[in-house]
Order: sequence, then C-alpha cells, then structure tokens
Amino acid sequence: MTAGPLSGARSTAVRRGRGRRLLDRTLARPSSAAWVGLVLVAVFFALQAPGLVSAGGLAGVLDSAALLGIGALAVGMLLIAGHIDLSIGMVAAAGALTTGLLVTEAGWGIWPALAASLAGSLAVGLLNGWLVVRTGLPSFLVTLAAHLVLQGASLALSRAIAGTTVLQGLDGAPGWSSASTVFDATAQWGSGFFRVSIVWWLVLTAWAAWVLWRTRFGNAVFAVGGARRVARELGVPVRRTTLALFCCTAAAGWLVGTLALVRVGSAEGGSTLMPAIEFLVAAVIGGCLLTGGYGSVVGAAVGALLYAVAQFGITLAGWDPLWFQAFLGVLLVVALLANGVVRTRLREVPQS
Amino acid sequence: MSTSSAEAAGDPPAPDAGPRPLLELSRVTVRHGSVAALSRVTAAFSPGTITCVLGENGSGKSTLVSVLSGLSRPHEGSLLLDGRPARFRSPRDARAAGIATIWNDLAVAPLLSVWRNFCLGAEPTSGVWPLRRLDRATARATAVRELAGMGLDGVDPDQPASTLRPGDRQSLAIARALHFGSRALVVDEPTAPRSLAGATQAGQALLAARARGLAVVVVTANPRYAHLIGDRFLLLASGQVAGDLTREDVDADGLTRIMAGDDELTALTATIRRTHPDR
Repeated sequence: MTAGPLSGARSTAVRRGRGRRLLDRTLARPSSAAWVGLVLVAVFFALQAPGLVSAGGLAGVLDSAALLGIGALAVGMLLIAGHIDLSIGMVAAAGALTTGLLVTEAGWGIWPALAASLAGSLAVGLLNGWLVVRTGLPSFLVTLAAHLVLQGASLALSRAIAGTTVLQGLDGAPGWSSASTVFDATAQWGSGFFRVSIVWWLVLTAWAAWVLWRTRFGNAVFAVGGARRVARELGVPVRRTTLALFCCTAAAGWLVGTLALVRVGSAEGGSTLMPAIEFLVAAVIGGCLLTGGYGSVVGAAVGALLYAVAQFGITLAGWDPLWFQAFLGVLLVVALLANGVVRTRLREVPQS
Repeated sequence: MSTSSAEAAGDPPAPDAGPRPLLELSRVTVRHGSVAALSRVTAAFSPGTITCVLGENGSGKSTLVSVLSGLSRPHEGSLLLDGRPARFRSPRDARAAGIATIWNDLAVAPLLSVWRNFCLGAEPTSGVWPLRRLDRATARATAVRELAGMGLDGVDPDQPASTLRPGDRQSLAIARALHFGSRALVVDEPTAPRSLAGATQAGQALLAARARGLAVVVVTANPRYAHLIGDRFLLLASGQVAGDLTREDVDADGLTRIMAGDDELTALTATIRRTHPDR
C-alpha cells in the first residue's frame, strides 16, 4: 500500500471482503463439486433405499469404493500431470493372471508370485511412461495400445499355458493365509463386514494427498501438468516425474487386481476397458481436469465414493442396474460442467 | 558479404565505457531452413543495463531470444558469456549458467499458487527423506518478501498465479529469477497490448533487476515503453542490426518514428489515400 499510487490502487482491488475470499477459495477447490454431488446422491438414495444407511450397506459401498478409489487415486495423480492411463484396468487383470499362472502352473508360493507380477506391472508402467516421454505421443494412444497388447497377450498366454483364462484354486498356494490377512481381512461392525481394502484405500489416499501438497514431487506433478515448458526450464525433473506416475498407476492396477484375486481365490483374464474408464470417471468427478495441472486425490476418493453410492443405491432400490450407466453418463457431464465453472473462476484474470 | 551488419548500418557496436559485457553475440547467424533469421548479429549486454531489442514481426527478435536462452544454437558466430564462448544445449543449460528467460506468457504455471510458482524447481524443504517435505512457511515468506521488492504488495501467496494480471505474472517470474541468483534476464514481452499500469508494474520489476546488477534484455514492440525503461536500444530489421542506440542518442518520439519506419508509413498513407479518397 506504500509503494506509490499505482500499487495502492491495486492493493485495494485485491483486498476484498473476507467472506468473499473464503467463498472464492472454496469454489476454487477441485473437490468441492464432488462433495456437493456426494451429499445429493447419498441423500437421494438414502430416501429411495433405506438399507443403504445400515452398517451392511455402508460396508458394501465402502468396499466397492475402495477398489475404485485406489485406481482413481493413481489415475487422478496422472491426470494432474497431464496424462491418462487406459491400461490400468488391464494391468490389474493381467497382473492377477500372472500371479495365478505362477501359482497354478509353476507351483510358486503366493508371495513370490505377487512380487513377480508386481515387477511385471511396474515394467509395463515404465514402458508406458518411457514411450510417452521419449516419443511425445499422446498417453491416451500409448496406453490404449498397452491395453490391447496386454489383453491379447495375457489371454492367449494363459490359454496356451493353462488351457483356460480362469485360474481357480489359488487358495492352496503356500503363504496364502498371510496374503489373505494382508489383502482380505475383514472386521465386523454391526451387520457389516468391513474389508481391509478400505484401509488400503484410505491410507493410500492420505499418503498421496500428503505427497501431492507437501513435497517437491507433488509440486513437480502440478507443474508438469500445468506448464510443462516452464517446469522443464526451471529444472523440474519432468521425465522422472512422468515415469514415476506411470509406475504408480501400474502399481495401483496391480493392487486392485491382487485385492480382487485374494478375495475370490481365483484369477480371471479381463477383456474390457471398463475398469480404466471407471477410474477415469471417478477422478474426473473428483475434479481432476483432463488438461492437467489441476485436481485433487481427496476429490478422486470422493468421486469413487459417489460412484459406489450410486451403484449400490440403484441395486438396493431395486432398479434395473442398466440405469446405473445412464446415471453415470449424466453424472460425468454434470461433473465436467461444474469443473468447468470452477476452472473459469480460477482462470479469471483480473482486468487492470 | 564481408562487411558486418553493424558496419553496414553505419553504427559500429559502441565501445562500452561501463563494466565488461556479461553476454555477447559475435557475428551470430541463425538459419531457419535457407532463410537467415539472424544474419551476422553482433551485440553486447552489460550488467546493470537494460537493453531493449526492437523490431517488427519477423525481424529476428524471437530468434535472438531463443539464441540467448539456449533454445537454438548459432549456425555461425558465437555466444560469449563473460568473454568466453558458451554453448548451451538447452534452456536448462542457460539457466544453470545464470541466464533466465521469461517467455511472453509462459512464465508461470497458471494453476499453481503464487508461492509454489515462486519456488518451483528449487523448493526449500525440511525433514529427512521419507518425510522430507516442503518448508511452506519459509517459501511463503520468501515469495511475499521478494514480490514486495518488485513493488508487488498485497499479494496473497496462496492465490493461483492465474489470478494475477499478466504484468504481475511477469514480475513473479522476474522475482523468481532474481532470488535464485540469475545474472542475466531475457524477457520476451507479450505482444498483446496491455494497460499502462500493467506495463509499469513489469517495468518496475525490470528496473529492480537492473538495480541488482543484472544484464537485462527486453524484447518489445512498444518503443514508448522501451524508452521508459531502456538504457540501450538494439534495432533489428530483417535479421540484421539496424541500429544500436543509447538513451542519449534518441528520445521517445525519435524511437517511435524509427520504429514506425517513415518510408513505410508514407507508402501506406499513399495507398490508403488512393483507395479511400475521402481520407
């Protein structure tokens, strides 16, 4: 206020009322639209299907939100860095299939098999990331190709080696009980059985949020997505950050696949893009922009929760499950519009 | 072919009475394909001096910026840093050597907050590895202090950089370059017209950089603004140095007249009169 008439005039313009500022801040938060959506959807389905608010309903919702949320978390971080990963769902399926083959055909213990499939998944992530940073091709196409390759190769190999794409009886593998504790423990509370996947999800989300907002790596993620050229010039390790994020999505895919594998004791080859799209939708509902530079992992978690509430609510309310897809489409459009409003507010450049 | 462009313009690079030049271009030629974007350009940029590079579109201003910033390499001639030939393979090399370039609108990551932008790439941290985290209090305080040094008061360090006005964003980038020890600043001014206040704000930051002894190169299309802040004026035309003037040589009107190109304006006026006789 003291540096001459010009800056004095500007300072008064900048200093708006406190309430207005708080509102601006809230609206500028990436996850605010998802929170509002979650409350609306939860209230709606709680009225339609009262079973949703019981302990059992909550356990079911949280359980499907957990698997979705772990994927959405990694996809969300990648979106913030301006990339997309369509292969994550297939990494989950192919990773599970690899674990299954190593156990049933090679007779490995479950832990070495899981370690090997994790290494394989990370290799896929690394390759995705390397292709993207090396060639500058859009990650959409690179990971779509990875999805197709993984889908074909995993199914064909499984059929060639085991004669089937559904591998059963994994629960006889050495080390199964400890793996089951780590990936499929449950805790009963009231009528609900809460699975350990919920803990995985919440802990990973908290950790990712910390990394994103409190570390240099997180700052780099935002910069890589928001202004890649500036980031590169300022010495931000753009390539390393991108590679690390593709490895994160691959690892998240592996974890989702493993959680599902240990739960049912069998592995099945996958053949659709749907899981990858679900992760993407949850992350976008949570406020991540497809253009990068903006988003939140807490938002991705809220998006996953919203998704799960709607999915479960429609089932509990006794509607035709096909309505869910229609609902999802509407939700996605609304989320995109809401995010657009937030972004416009954020990008608004004050006229001097 | 044998005369250098500076001699051709009848204005040899003035022997500098001031300190030794930090950055020099010595007979630099850059070609895009077969077209010479810069042709045997010789110029010197000294510490504590603001040199304004003026010229029309296509006169080689942007190429000059890209040579100084390490984005493109001279095909002939050399770039000298402290009198020694320097070869930058990338803008990062140039930045490591202390040459910060501020591209016209790419100076900041728009959605990151002001303080995150300020310390981007050199964030202060605390703690040891698995728990090493940003030292946010220090980063915020540094950002606010350095911005105030640019005459930018009352900025909330938590607001996204996109909410700053263009001139203020440029100030942010300049403050960042100053704080992290740059010795030369290359500023590619936005070509879009902007308000007087915005230009003045940016000008304030540039003068602050000059006061701290940086060699400042400003590429601009606005002669009045150039005369307001500049010590020297390097005029480019068709990739050659058409003039190397100091503040004493020319006043703001003179610079504007040179920039407008009297001949061209006369020709244009004639054309307009021919097609619109009522003018």
